[in-house]
Amino acid sequence: MAENTMNFEDPKNYVNREMSWLEFDFRILNEARDKSIPLFERLKFLSITASNLDEFFMVRVASLKDQVHAGYKKPDIAGLRAEEQLTLIGARTHELVNLQYSTYNRSLLPALKQQGLIVVWEHENLTEDEGRFVDRYFQKEVYPVLTPMAVDSSRPFPLIRNKTLNIAALVKKKDEEDADLEFAMVQVPSVLPRIIELPRGENGERKVILLEEIMERNIQDLFLNYRIVSAHPFRIMRNADFDIDEEDAEDLLEEIRKKLKRRQWGEVIRLEVEEKVDKRLLKILKRELEVEDEAIYEIDGPLDLTFLMKMYGLSGFDHLKAAPYTPQPVPALMNDDDIFTNIRRGDILLHHPYQTFDPVVELIQKAAKDPDVLAIKQTLYRVSGHSPIVAALAEAAESGKQVSVLVELKARFDEENNIIWAQKLEKAGAHVIYGLVGLKTHCKIALVVRREEDGIRRYVHLGTGNYNDSTAKLYTDCGMLTCHPQYGEDATAVFNMLSGYSEPATWNKLVVAPLWLRGRCLKMIRRETSHARAGREVHIMAKMNSLCDKEIIAALYEASCAGVKIEMVIRGICCLKAGVPGLSENIQVHSIVGNFLEHARILYVENDGSPEVYMGSADWMPRNLDRRVEIMFPVEDETLKEQVIHILEVQLADNVKAHVLQPDGTYEKIDKRGKTLVLAQDQFCEEAITAAQAARGNEDVHNTRVFIPAEAEPGRTEG
Amino acid sequence: MIRTFAAINVGAFELALGIYEISDKNRIRPVDFIKHMIALGSDTYYEGKISYQLAEELCDVLEDFSRIMKGYQVDDYRAYATSALREARNSQIIIEQVRVRTGIEIRVISNSEQRFLSYKAVAARDEEFTNIIQQGTAIVDMGFGSLQISLFDKDCLVATQNLPLGAVPMKETLARARVSVETERALAREMVDNELVTFRKMYLKDRDIRTLIAVGEPIMMLYSKTEAWKQRSPLSLEELGVVFERVRSMTREQIEDAFDVNADYAAMLMPTAVIVRRLLEITGAEKIWASRTRLVDGIAAEYAEDKKLLKLNHNFANDIIVTSRNLAKRYKCYMPHVQAVEDAALKIFDALKKYHGMKARERLLLQIAVNLHSCGKFVTMRYANDCAYNIIMSTEIIGLSHLEREIVANVVKYHEQKFEYDEVELSASPTHDRFRQSEESVILRIAKLTAILRLANSMDRSHLRKLQDARVSLKENQLMITTGYPDDLTLEAMSIAEKGDFFEEIFGVRPVLKQKKRG
Repeated sequence: MAENTMNFEDPKNYVNREMSWLEFDFRILNEARDKSIPLFERLKFLSITASNLDEFFMVRVASLKDQVHAGYKKPDIAGLRAEEQLTLIGARTHELVNLQYSTYNRSLLPALKQQGLIVVWEHENLTEDEGRFVDRYFQKEVYPVLTPMAVDSSRPFPLIRNKTLNIAALVKKKDEEDADLEFAMVQVPSVLPRIIELPRGENGERKVILLEEIMERNIQDLFLNYRIVSAHPFRIMRNADFDIDEEDAEDLLEEIRKKLKRRQWGEVIRLEVEEKVDKRLLKILKRELEVEDEAIYEIDGPLDLTFLMKMYGLSGFDHLKAAPYTPQPVPALMNDDDIFTNIRRGDILLHHPYQTFDPVVELIQKAAKDPDVLAIKQTLYRVSGHSPIVAALAEAAESGKQVSVLVELKARFDEENNIIWAQKLEKAGAHVIYGLVGLKTHCKIALVVRREEDGIRRYVHLGTGNYNDSTAKLYTDCGMLTCHPQYGEDATAVFNMLSGYSEPATWNKLVVAPLWLRGRCLKMIRRETSHARAGREVHIMAKMNSLCDKEIIAALYEASCAGVKIEMVIRGICCLKAGVPGLSENIQVHSIVGNFLEHARILYVENDGSPEVYMGSADWMPRNLDRRVEIMFPVEDETLKEQVIHILEVQLADNVKAHVLQPDGTYEKIDKRGKTLVLAQDQFCEEAITAAQAARGNEDVHNTRVFIPAEAEPGRTEG
Repeated sequence: MIRTFAAINVGAFELALGIYEISDKNRIRPVDFIKHMIALGSDTYYEGKISYQLAEELCDVLEDFSRIMKGYQVDDYRAYATSALREARNSQIIIEQVRVRTGIEIRVISNSEQRFLSYKAVAARDEEFTNIIQQGTAIVDMGFGSLQISLFDKDCLVATQNLPLGAVPMKETLARARVSVETERALAREMVDNELVTFRKMYLKDRDIRTLIAVGEPIMMLYSKTEAWKQRSPLSLEELGVVFERVRSMTREQIEDAFDVNADYAAMLMPTAVIVRRLLEITGAEKIWASRTRLVDGIAAEYAEDKKLLKLNHNFANDIIVTSRNLAKRYKCYMPHVQAVEDAALKIFDALKKYHGMKARERLLLQIAVNLHSCGKFVTMRYANDCAYNIIMSTEIIGLSHLEREIVANVVKYHEQKFEYDEVELSASPTHDRFRQSEESVILRIAKLTAILRLANSMDRSHLRKLQDARVSLKENQLMITTGYPDDLTLEAMSIAEKGDFFEEIFGVRPVLKQKKRG
């Protein structure tokens, strides 16, 4: 036994998480290359790979660099030290970037042209008329906001801001024949649109050009006393943005901070330049920015592909985009009764974005106005700027209800935004808690305490996604509305705990991280293992965003070896090796990349014929299990349970968008020959529409689901 | 109608807030429970007073409690403080600070009140209670600082004792001892045995204890991870042994993980386990029930009972009387006489209701005083009054506040010596009591009860229960004591006449003995 465990934990059985992450970006890139997908959706996917990669550098690569500087030698889950990881990442990232640009140049640009949209990617290719057009545009719109900078002995090399696009130029003083080459640069202003549409061409085709090309064409105007020798765009990424206290890196930060004696503030970790850049210019950049060779990316195309998201927004190409989907109403709520009455009838499952997020907003809004509501408590992790939930909470606080809001300020990139509305809530009289020291609050829970005739009743919403009405239209998440007293008691205990009070001796339903979740998950996996050894019914299905916890993976390996069939849908990082004989031959990992971002976390365990279904906020990552407040909750209503199992089964059956993890660590799409096509996201859309239509057509019964109100069947509950 | 009630306990080691819904349907429903660890007790025990920092923290948390109470729109609350504040020199100022800053009025309760409340909580919440106590049962109420053992026999509380055995002092003694793990365990056992063996000798001689009911935070921690806790079933000696061995074999870090507690609590778990195990072995009980109730639950039960929203099946007043009766037996009082005086005293009390204006609580105090009125003679016949006073003041009478105990002690003291209003000494400040009364009114009450006890005692002057059949009634400023006793009543008649002056002075009514002549 002991030897077995050792074997499971051998680093060779694990995949480095950064490499696994890069695989994920490759899968998204695959979508951009998929000709069966509407053209403009492909632009979007390519844009996402670019913004993902930026974030990856700022967060993960920066963190690894820090580890190297700090002399941090501890190997990762796959036994690799930071230097080794950086080497691997460097090579794979170059491949990724090459593929991004070959996709852009060879696949997308020609396809766009075919559809009547021409991207003029070098200003030299402009017609005379077009040239005049862009020059006028430059003079009128661009020139006034530019700050050109030349470097000479009296002026130091300018500070180049992280992630900005710039144009560097080699210049010579005009009047001096044998003057030295000097360096000059100008930032491409981020306040102006990156894409400029040109007048329509002769055949009515549409044409666009990028801002930096217009600037390059007119650069002479910026340095009147100089002659421009060459000019090229470039972009850098710095290891400086640590004010964001990045969630992915936080685990290491503390340790590193202690060891890091001299932080190389602002070290450049990536330099992107045009492929055909003037070598003299590159040399200057390299010297001044102190960039290593591996960190230089020579790009065959426009830098920073995130502009494609803007291109997606061009009007007139709707036929090249996926048909927009309207989230459907939830059948259980399609009646004239208020939301409280409906929840009292039985637990309600919400599946976003197939179903609308409105009920959650409505719960808080109704609660804010309801005279019987005593208190509203909620965790807010990332909220949209003009969140109706925040407005409702403020209203509730103003009308004298007890409003407690836990705001997680460490949520990435949103700090400023968060602080503003947190203060707004405080002003309204709400009790705002700014998280627990050392723990990030990641759970999504809302509690409404209402005084009713027969006493206090608690309405609880538990979810897998943030209380953000905008992202709820893009992220697939699940939620549950319930007024089961045991969930209510636990919810109260969660908020007491978040307010700094002691946790309860026992929880009724909820499984809470960081104290209990890891143990509970391991216990359930190991229970399947022992059931398998005893020859009982076993099966694990799990869906999550990332899997990189060693202890959990080892337990899964052990379960697999004991014969437990384990089917997982993991969107992003997966440090587990699937289908490896003698280790994980019973484990299958699918990854779905679709129009909606897969975000829900669901767990199914067979438990010898009495299956248990859980949903929650946590991925199986050390940071979620050990350093965050997370909630996993059981779905116990039989109807809801079936619905959740259905979600898992359809996702596992997906053979259009799903990639399957191969024993060698690559991901491959499923061979569709002879199979009925299943596209999980589309199927959920259709199912939601059908269910809503059915509910509309049949007004008196909530016919799409069967309610099992506890009071209606006393015999059953007591028996 | 549903009433929302908040109970606050300012304990030695933690602050707790319980929110309850009390309906007239005899139901107390816990709605919320919030706990905050704060070692007020350590300050009090080592410094004799509560430090500024902890007082600040106390106010902050109570302010938050007050906010939560407002959130629930509570109709009423009670906030009780136990040993940490009781024994702190600066408790008055702390209570005042809390009042000013949070609006919460804290009342300090005595150990016997505190134990009575936690016992009440057990009785009110656990349906099994009435069944369990039919057989020999002991409630073991384990606080952080001390241990209370209450013995039950046939549905009634018969004795209760406070032992200086607490998880916190034990933990600290052990920490000071700096010994090996093995020695530490032996040491813990010796400390426990020292107290428990004495207790057994004094109180357990002829008692057959079958079941222990365990109450208290340390015990809840120990039990919360057992299967028995989940099943709500009792734990046998063997099962306890398993838990005990588990705790014993674990390091403090392992305990933290296994029991989900922080380091402070983890350090208390081993002493707790030793105490519980030895308790079970020494009492010879077969099983142990862990109660889930806390002091705040008792406060809610007490409130519900006071407001007539809840009728508890168990007669708590009777418990108090039975314990005092057992005390009387312990001090070899002549029980037939005690019984006769008790009967007479209650007859007088009831007949005089309109004149004395006292309620059920005073009637209870009178009963206790009667039962203990001659206990001083156990020590010495000469100075029996002072001895009785001291015995009562150093005995825990469960359910009584400190002030109430002083009332009883004074009534007993003055029943055989001249009553001087300005000589009555009260060590407890009456404002600490739940009645919030003036000192004068307390002294007056002592006088009234003393007058009744004196008269009742004189009615059995001969210890022969001659006036057993007497009827006591009020007739035109005279308290008629009518008896059909056929023989000589000289001693009683003289005695009644003698006590009559003081009685008349107090009530304006003169007692008159009337012997019905046989026709």
